[in-house]
Amino acid sequence: MHELGIVFYIIRDVKKAAQENGVQHVSAVVMNIGEVSTIIPDYLTDCWRWAADKESLLAGSELKINMIPAVTHCDACGKDYSTVEHGKTCPYCGSGQTWLLRGNEVEIKEIEVPN
Amino acid sequence: MNEVKVIEIKKSVFEDNNRDADALRRELKERGVYLLNLMSSPGSGKTTTLIRTINLLKDKIRIAVMEADIDSDVDAIKIKEATGIQSIQLHTGGMCHLDAEMTRQGLDNLALEGVDLAILENVGNLVCPAEFDTGAARNAMILSVPEGHDKPLKYPLMFSVCDLVIVNKIDVLPYFDFDMEKCVEYVHMRNPRASIIPICAKTGEGVEKVAEWLLKEVENWKK
Ligand SMILES: Nc1nc2c(ncn2[C@@H]2O[C@H](COP(=O)(O)OP(=O)(O)OP(=O)(O)O)[C@@H](O)[C@H]2O)c(=O)[nH]1
Ligand SMILES: [Mg+2]
Ligand SMILES: [Zn+2]
Ligand SMILES: [Zn+2]
Repeated sequence: MHELGIVFYIIRDVKKAAQENGVQHVSAVVMNIGEVSTIIPDYLTDCWRWAADKESLLAGSELKINMIPAVTHCDACGKDYSTVEHGKTCPYCGSGQTWLLRGNEVEIKEIEVPN
Repeated sequence: MNEVKVIEIKKSVFEDNNRDADALRRELKERGVYLLNLMSSPGSGKTTTLIRTINLLKDKIRIAVMEADIDSDVDAIKIKEATGIQSIQLHTGGMCHLDAEMTRQGLDNLALEGVDLAILENVGNLVCPAEFDTGAARNAMILSVPEGHDKPLKYPLMFSVCDLVIVNKIDVLPYFDFDMEKCVEYVHMRNPRASIIPICAKTGEGVEKVAEWLLKEVENWKK
């Protein structure tokens, strides 16, 4: 399952960041996940529970997901529109000269550590 | 006082892999090794196509293969038996794709001296292998006729990262409503530069075009 693989990358990056910041325990990891990133949030948090609890740094920590709506930009008319609703074809002018502005993110936004 | 302290990270999970992949690609370029990353859905014909292609090329260039099988070494053995070339299994550790680090480990297990072309048969999956740069010189994918001509619409990223799309199993075209013209149109929507080669790996029809494409690529890489 793809989400489990992604969780291993998150863990690797969070471990690195924790080390750099002298953090002993992480209480939450906040992710920015794009609407068209192919990540299924529920699967991601399930995989997180399974894998994070095996790491002392992350045991019991929460994975918080911040969904980023996907937006496509049209080069022909210059407008932006919702990717999920309209796909590659601009709903304003019908052009196919469009590209994804955002919505593809799989990004670690921040980590929360007990004060 | 706040109960938690927030540490901003703002980092894509693909960032480290992209950097590793670029480093690997540079090294391979210096060593004159062309790495091809071959992707597809399970069972579209990667191993069969590789055997045919390798047998056409093995007297002209030195080839090695890495087979990413989640849990078996069947394909690696098949390649070795059918072509005689160096072929190893790459352990994916249950992962649904290979990344640059796993690819590097695989290459370390090959005798790369004198190898002109290394081929990586990636995990059978159209989603995440496309997201993880392996450090290959080029990506190629196989779309087999029974999967349908609209795959480029459903898996846009896969088709946008591939410079070669092999359409396999053309022997079964009469039994499916696969529209080759539409397929070409959809592939080019994703990547206008992509070469599209229809083949039948079962009989070998069209495979010489794949061999020609690869030979030219390898020659250019060494310049
Ligand atoms: N009819 C037909 N069958 C083919 C063709 N090429 C491959 N096959 C069959 O398709 C099946 C899968 O072929 P493989 O080469 O093992 O496919 P693969 O992509 O390597 O499969 P995995 O490694 O399991 O993902 C086998 O039964 C092949 O004989 C073709 O051109 N025509
Ligand atoms: Mg195979
Ligand atoms: Zn428009
Ligand atoms: Zn994956």
